Amino acid sequence: MSGTVADAGAVGRLRHQLPLLLWLVAVWNLLWGTWSWANLISGVVVALVVTLVLPLPAVVGGVRVRPVAVLVFVGTFLVDLVRAGALVAWQTVRRRGISSSAILRVQLRTDSDLLLTIVTEAVTLVPGSMVIEIDRETRVIGLHVLSVDTDEDLDRQRRSVLLTEERVVRAFGTAEEIAALQRAPEPAGRPS
Amino acid sequence: MTVVYWLANVLLGGGALLTLVRLARGPSLLDRVVATDTLLIIIAAGLAVHATLARDPTLVPVLVVVSLLAFVGSVSVARYIGGMMVHSSGSGQDAGLPDAAEQRTGGTP
Amino acid sequence: MGVVADVVAATCLLLGSLLCLTAGLGLVRFPDVLTRMHAGTKPQVLGILLIMVGGAIRLQGWSATWMLLLVAVFQTLTAPISAHMVSRVAYRRRHVRRDRMVVDELGVAPRSPGEARGDEPADAAPSRGSPRAREG
Repeated sequence: MSGTVADAGAVGRLRHQLPLLLWLVAVWNLLWGTWSWANLISGVVVALVVTLVLPLPAVVGGVRVRPVAVLVFVGTFLVDLVRAGALVAWQTVRRRGISSSAILRVQLRTDSDLLLTIVTEAVTLVPGSMVIEIDRETRVIGLHVLSVDTDEDLDRQRRSVLLTEERVVRAFGTAEEIAALQRAPEPAGRPS
Repeated sequence: MTVVYWLANVLLGGGALLTLVRLARGPSLLDRVVATDTLLIIIAAGLAVHATLARDPTLVPVLVVVSLLAFVGSVSVARYIGGMMVHSSGSGQDAGLPDAAEQRTGGTP
Repeated sequence: MGVVADVVAATCLLLGSLLCLTAGLGLVRFPDVLTRMHAGTKPQVLGILLIMVGGAIRLQGWSATWMLLLVAVFQTLTAPISAHMVSRVAYRRRHVRRDRMVVDELGVAPRSPGEARGDEPADAAPSRGSPRAREG
């Protein structure tokens, strides 16, 4: 009896570690630069050793990958990346420089470690914002926003973060998480 | 291609000099961390430009190392400074750093 | 074909180098750590990606291309993390110019310089008990 339980635990752990294993094997092969069975097998061995010797906490929660939504997310992310780079570069070279910055707090709606990680990574690279604080339990992130002038700018930033979150959840989230996105409370405004 | 080579190197060198200015002027340790990070990435970019224009792929593994080194370096220094906060004597100022750093950056009244 | 590829690669390289230059420029011109972090992160990532694209176009052999792809992926993954860690420490240690800031919703009114602060490790969870005492 206990054997089956242990088996289920081991299988479950392996299933959780599987993306990490695949990633490690991929990196190993990319580092060698050529594809061969020897590289693949040695990569699997190295990945197993790494995950066994240096175990990481499993990322809780399943991930559903929706190809179309992933494409939408990646495409928007790349466009945003180019825009962000161009915008910040322009702000550095223009004569008046940056006007003033702000720190915002945004209430996110997802409750998954992996999704939050993807959201914050994406938000840090989209125009003008950078995550400086994450409160995991209340799902509030603190953003530093470069060069805001008016309140409309602040609202625009907040909306763009929430849109990014929505795209990430639609790409990687489970059905419940998408549903949670729909019935989410109105994003918290500025504390008065 | 020679023109491209010189132009790219001049641009990258200018960027590296500006980060060196920031590295020298400080004022706080974190500014220097940011500057070091940027400097390492610019060095990686310079290596990549050379490898590309000379069609010489032997430098490419060095790129992987340098770009990862920048990340590991800035993260470990950030954690180190974060750890220093525990041991600071409660004034909230940089432990072991000149007071002037805080006064020059901090606009707090 | 070869000429077109060379022109595209050279354009990518020059644009990437220009973005690296603006990163350095922003590092010198911007007023505090957080804004400098912006300058050091975003043009930088875009610049290194462009240079990698240029290299992948011009370098022959898949081995180098895969490795350049790896560098690009690492860069986009790690740059936000290091930016976040540095700027979190910077914010908690008040390396922030509040005179250049419109609103600070995380926190905190400007406080007197001598007030006790910065006594938590960088990884500590934000304090739950006293929401207004710290960043909130």
